[in-house]
Order: sequence, then structure tokens, then C-alpha cells
Amino acid sequence: MDTVLLSRIQFALTVGFHFIYPPLTIGLAWLIFLIMTLYLRTNDAAYKAMARFWIGLFALSFAMGVASGITMEFQFGTNWAAYSRFVGDIFGAPLAAEGILAFFLESSFLGLLIFGWNRVSKKTLWISSLLVALGSTLSAFWIIAANSWQHTPAGYQIVNGRAELTDFWAAIFNHSTMQRFIHTVNGALITGSMFMLGISAYHLLKKQHQIVMEKSFKIALVFLVITAWFQLGFGHAHGIQMWRYQPIKLAAFEGLFETQKAAPFLAFGIPNAETGKVDYEIHIPGFLSLMLSGKSDTEVQGLNDFPKDEWPPVRITFFNFRLMFILGVYFIGLGSLGILLLRLKKLYNNRFYLRLALLSVPLPFLANEFGWIATEVGRQPWVVYKLLKTQDAVSPTVSAGQILFSIIMFGLIYTLLFAAWIFLLRMKVKQGPELVRSVAGREAGS
Amino acid sequence: MSILPVIWFFLIGILLTVYAILDGFDLGVGFWYLFAKKEENRRTFLNAIGPIWDGNEVWLLTGGGALFAAFPIVYATVFSGFYLALMLVLWALIFRAVAIEFRSKSQSAIWRKTWDAAFAIGSIVPGLLFGVAIGNILRGLPLDANGDYAGTFFDLLNPYALLIGLLGLSMFAVHGAQFIILKTQGDLAEKARKWAKNAWVIYVGLFCLASIATVILEHHLFVNFILFPFLLIVPILSAASMALIFYFNKKGFAKAAFAASSSSIAGLMALTGTGIFPNLVPALDSAGAGLNVFNASSSPKTLGIMLVIACIGMPFVIAYTIWIYRIFRGKVTAQGWY
Repeated sequence: MDTVLLSRIQFALTVGFHFIYPPLTIGLAWLIFLIMTLYLRTNDAAYKAMARFWIGLFALSFAMGVASGITMEFQFGTNWAAYSRFVGDIFGAPLAAEGILAFFLESSFLGLLIFGWNRVSKKTLWISSLLVALGSTLSAFWIIAANSWQHTPAGYQIVNGRAELTDFWAAIFNHSTMQRFIHTVNGALITGSMFMLGISAYHLLKKQHQIVMEKSFKIALVFLVITAWFQLGFGHAHGIQMWRYQPIKLAAFEGLFETQKAAPFLAFGIPNAETGKVDYEIHIPGFLSLMLSGKSDTEVQGLNDFPKDEWPPVRITFFNFRLMFILGVYFIGLGSLGILLLRLKKLYNNRFYLRLALLSVPLPFLANEFGWIATEVGRQPWVVYKLLKTQDAVSPTVSAGQILFSIIMFGLIYTLLFAAWIFLLRMKVKQGPELVRSVAGREAGS
Repeated sequence: MSILPVIWFFLIGILLTVYAILDGFDLGVGFWYLFAKKEENRRTFLNAIGPIWDGNEVWLLTGGGALFAAFPIVYATVFSGFYLALMLVLWALIFRAVAIEFRSKSQSAIWRKTWDAAFAIGSIVPGLLFGVAIGNILRGLPLDANGDYAGTFFDLLNPYALLIGLLGLSMFAVHGAQFIILKTQGDLAEKARKWAKNAWVIYVGLFCLASIATVILEHHLFVNFILFPFLLIVPILSAASMALIFYFNKKGFAKAAFAASSSSIAGLMALTGTGIFPNLVPALDSAGAGLNVFNASSSPKTLGIMLVIACIGMPFVIAYTIWIYRIFRGKVTAQGWY
């Protein structure tokens, strides 16, 4: 096998694994901050128990995110040396900024949030929870800014075969940064809410820790319904941005081969890149044009307008986008139904709904992965859109055998870690806020 | 020619030095973890580093990011050239990070033994390999005309680099033992005093050996010292710091001894930097294109912006890091999170 394919497999494996964790911790961090705010205001021991329970689960997942994140920082150099040489003048700065301006903040104050309960004041803990949430979100900003530059490069010129920075702010706030950042972070909030919703549902189903879990359930539900509805708009904005700046990727997302006015939206179909047609097609005429521009007769470019060797793998892009979208709609439905049941006061004993919430915990993780696959595969064959092809980006000195070996090792290590994480998560969830109850009790007694 | 690449040579040196001092003691604690067989001692160790190890490791990530940003060509050459070695470091750090968090969360004996091994190996492997990497850079790498690494994994395991690797490991061992003395009391602190004493003898012995080997083998590292003899203050201060570790331990000044071992680490890092400057990766023979601060750096624009980011961000980082260290100062016991 060739080193390009192997390097891509390894990158997909390691970043796909890493991307399980940051969305969860970013989402949870803001929920924990909300709980800490309630605790600060009400001084209610139930909020303290809640905060400590969710911080415990956060800490487990954060460790996984840090561990798998180190891989990403090293891997550009180890496997993508040609890429690193080409983009280093631009791409390295946001990575370094992430460390200096965000990751230090998150890691340092997380230590305080976990260990500081007997050492610092309630207010300091509250500020720590805010700084952890801010740090994790800023982290995402810098990483997404760097990634967005690969999609819509800006603020650079090519000098001696490499991209050199001409305008820092143009490079950081390039044409896709804000749309991608908001869409991704909102996805993280959905992930965190669903996680909290599902785990609270587990305890409510067992009729235990009810005070803590009903409060958690309610906060998570409100968070979920707001973020899920907003995601519709944020995703839409990202789609319009893609249409403007990466039209070929949009065409692959939508399975559109022929450039046409009144472009249809595919309700169903299987795009076939060989024939240049969509099999088993059911479409809504003019709807794609309408969604993108507000007018149903706007021309939208199709894949056939572009040379075939610049097409991304159409089916992978198309289906991953659709799977993400369907899940997004499901989250809206689940959240809205929950709010309805809450208003009817039939929520906390509705076993069907609670079970549904519990079973839905993995779904936002899947939606994150689908969306990420769609956007990254949709950029192919480019690693930097229109500037550098993926096949020209690998390390010239690393052999296929070495990469194969490291893929196998990553596969083994990550499987093992994932199993250990699930094992501990289950155990901690089952224990519930038990350790915390004594803390709460002591506080009540003192 | 711009001064910015030179500034970044120093700044990355400082980032990596702070990393070596901070993560150095928790890597060192991982080394002594092997010798602390009692459950109670192990939990004490983990509680001592628990709140801070994570922030310590961010210095490595930031150093790596800064290297990528300031000297992308060095980042590309060294990281792809050291492929398997870096993967080993990576896997070790991954296991270590997870082991610290996961180990005490279950009562099962097999569970704990597995993560204990992961934590100890995960601390020792990077402790050794960081030194091996520095040894190779001091020695020079086999590079081709494009500045790409032209050797194999086993070329990295040459005797000189291995010697520097062992020196690094003994340095972390001393530093870790000093940290344990600071953070514990009673039998455990007593044990750590013995460890510190023994490790110090090995540390100083290896430092002498490495110095002799460098004088015999690596003449190119003396150019700067010949041009600017006042730089000899660097090795003198390093040696003085090592002597002070011994002296303060004898007097029972734990904090001063920890400070001396920190300053000996800074001394050895400064010695490395002084030896290779302005090179970042010297070529082993004249056919290869060596990488230095001028031919491997980013554009002045990027370096300038990075400097602004560092000047804005780092004072805050340093301030809250010190503040958090102060909150968690004092002795720890086996009771706690881990």
C-alpha cells in the first residue's frame, strides 16, 4: 500500500477518535458553568452534588481528549512533513496560539475545579468553571480557524513554493472560520446536553437521585432544544458560505451533477459518479436554489462544471452530510417533544421518553463524525483547497511499513482506551452522585 | 537579516526548558512510582501531581506548536525523521495521561496493576527518549540535500545519544525525588531522600561522562564557547547547581534543593542551546543541508505576530500557573481524588 493512503487512514483514525471528546467536554463545560452559577446564587447543596458529579465525568473525558490531542499536534510533522513545510508559516501560528491563549487556561483551571473544593472559595470555583468553558471554546476556535484555512485559504501569498502570511486577521477570519466555528461549537453544546439528558434519564428510570437528576435533566433539555433549533440556522449559514467559496463541495454535498437554474433538492437518491447521474432520485424542484439564495430560479453549479480529477468522493460526502442532517432534525424533534411533556408535567415519569433519551446519547457523537467526514472528504483531492493536493502532502522519508505499524498500534491503543473509558463512565454513572451525597450531607449538618 | 528568528530560538528554548522543569518532576515521580510499592505511597504520588501535571504537559504542546509556527522546516524534518521514536513517546504520553486519571477509579487489583505499569513506563520512556533526541541533535543528523532525514530509526540509537538519554532520565529522577521530598512526610519522604542521593550520584557521573564524550567527539559544539568565552558561565552554573543539590539536601533544605535541581535542568538546556546556536539541526556530514534559525524559519511577519501573541498570553499563563501552584502547595497524603 502507498504511504498517501496509509497516512490518510491513520489521520482519519486518530482525528476521528480525538473528535469524540472535545465536543463532549466543550458542551459539558458550559453546562457545568451553568450549574455552578445556580450553586453560587442559591447555595443549594443539590447543585453542589450535581456539579461534582458532572465534573467527575468531565474529567474522565477530558483526559481522553488531551491524550488523543497530543497525537494531532505531533502528526502534522511526523506524517505530513510536505504539508507542514508548505503551510507552516500560516498553520503553525493558530496551533501555538491555541496553547498559549486557550489550552493553558483550560488545563490549569480544570485542576482547580476538580481539586480545589476544600482550598478555594465558591466564587473562585465558579470563575474556574467559566475559564474552563471559555478555554475549551477558544481552543476550538483556533483549531477550527486553522482547519478553515485549509478550506478557504486567505491572507497569504505563495513565495518559493510555500504559503506565506500577508494578513493575519484575513487568514484567521477566513471565509469559512466563523460559520464553521459556530456550527461546530453548537454541535458540541448539543453533544453535551444529550449526554447529560441521557445519563439523568438513566437515574430517573431507576427512580434514584431524583432531586439531582431532575434538575440536570431539565437544564439539559432546555439547552438541547435551544441548540438543536439554532443548529438549523447555523448549518444553513455554513451551507451558503460553502456554496460561495467551495461550489464543487456543495455540489457533492447535494449530489448535483448538472449546473442548472432552479436546482432541485434531493429528498432521496444515490449519486453515481461514473454515470454522472443520481439513481433512484426523488427531488423537490427548485428547492436547493431557494435554500441557498432565497430565489427558486438561481443557477447552482453542478459537478460536471469541474474537471473530474478535482471531484471529491461524491457518495461519501453526500451520505455523511445527509446522515448528519437527519440526526440534526431528530434532535430538534426529541428536544421539542421533551419540552412539550415538561409543560404537560408528564416528563419525569414518562418511561418511553426517558428510555429514548438514554438511547440517544451516542447520536450527537455520530452526527459530529458524519459532519466532519462530509466536510473533510468534500475538500478532497485537496489538503489546502486549490493550493496543495493531499497526495503531495505526505512525509517523503517515512516508509509504508512504519505507518502500517503505527496504524496497528494506534488501533490497539485507542480500542483499549475507549473500552476503559466506557467501563469507567458506566461505573461512575451507576455510582451516581454518591460520594457527593456525604459532602452535601456534611454541609447540611454543619 | 531579521533578529526575530533569533528571538524565537530563545523563546522555544525557554518553553522547552520550562516544560523540562515542570513535567520533569512529574515524569520523575513516574520513575520512582516503580519503587513505591505500597498502595498508600502510590496514591500519595498521584495526589501530589494530580492537580498540575496536565498544565505541565501543555508546555510541551505549546513548545511543539511554537516550533511548527516559527521553524516549520525543522518541525517537518525532525518529526518525520524521528517517526518511530516520536510515536513511542506519543504512545507513552497517551497511556500516562489516561493512567493518572483512570488508575484509582476501580478497586480491581489487575486494573490497578495494569495502569500502574502504564504510568511508570509512560513516564520513563519519554524521560529517556527526550534525551536521546537532544543527543542526536547535538551530534547532528544525517540529512540529504533537501534537508530531509536520511538515516534509520536505529541510527538514532547511537552511543552518544543514548548517553545523553540516560543523563536526561537521571536528571528527571533527581528532580522527581526532590519533588517527592517536598510534597510528602514521614517514611516516604525519608525514602525519597535516599533516592535523591543515589540518583544524584548517577546524574553527576553521567554528566561528567557526557562532558568527556562531547569534548572528544563533538568539536562543533565548542565554536560558540571559543568565540565568546564568557559563555563558559553556562556549564559552570550547571555544575554549580548540581553541587548545590547535594549541599542543600545535606542541610535538609528541601525547597532550595528543588530549586537547585530546577536550575541544573535549565543549565543543561541552556548548554544545549549555546552549543548548537544558530543551528537547529546540524547536518552530520557536509553533503547534507543543515537547518539553522535563518534558513528554516517562518517569515518575519509570522514571527512578529507570534511574538505579539506570546507577549500578550504568556504573562497571564505564568501568573495563573504560579497562583495555582500556590493553592496546591504543601504536603499531600494518600487521601484525595486518586
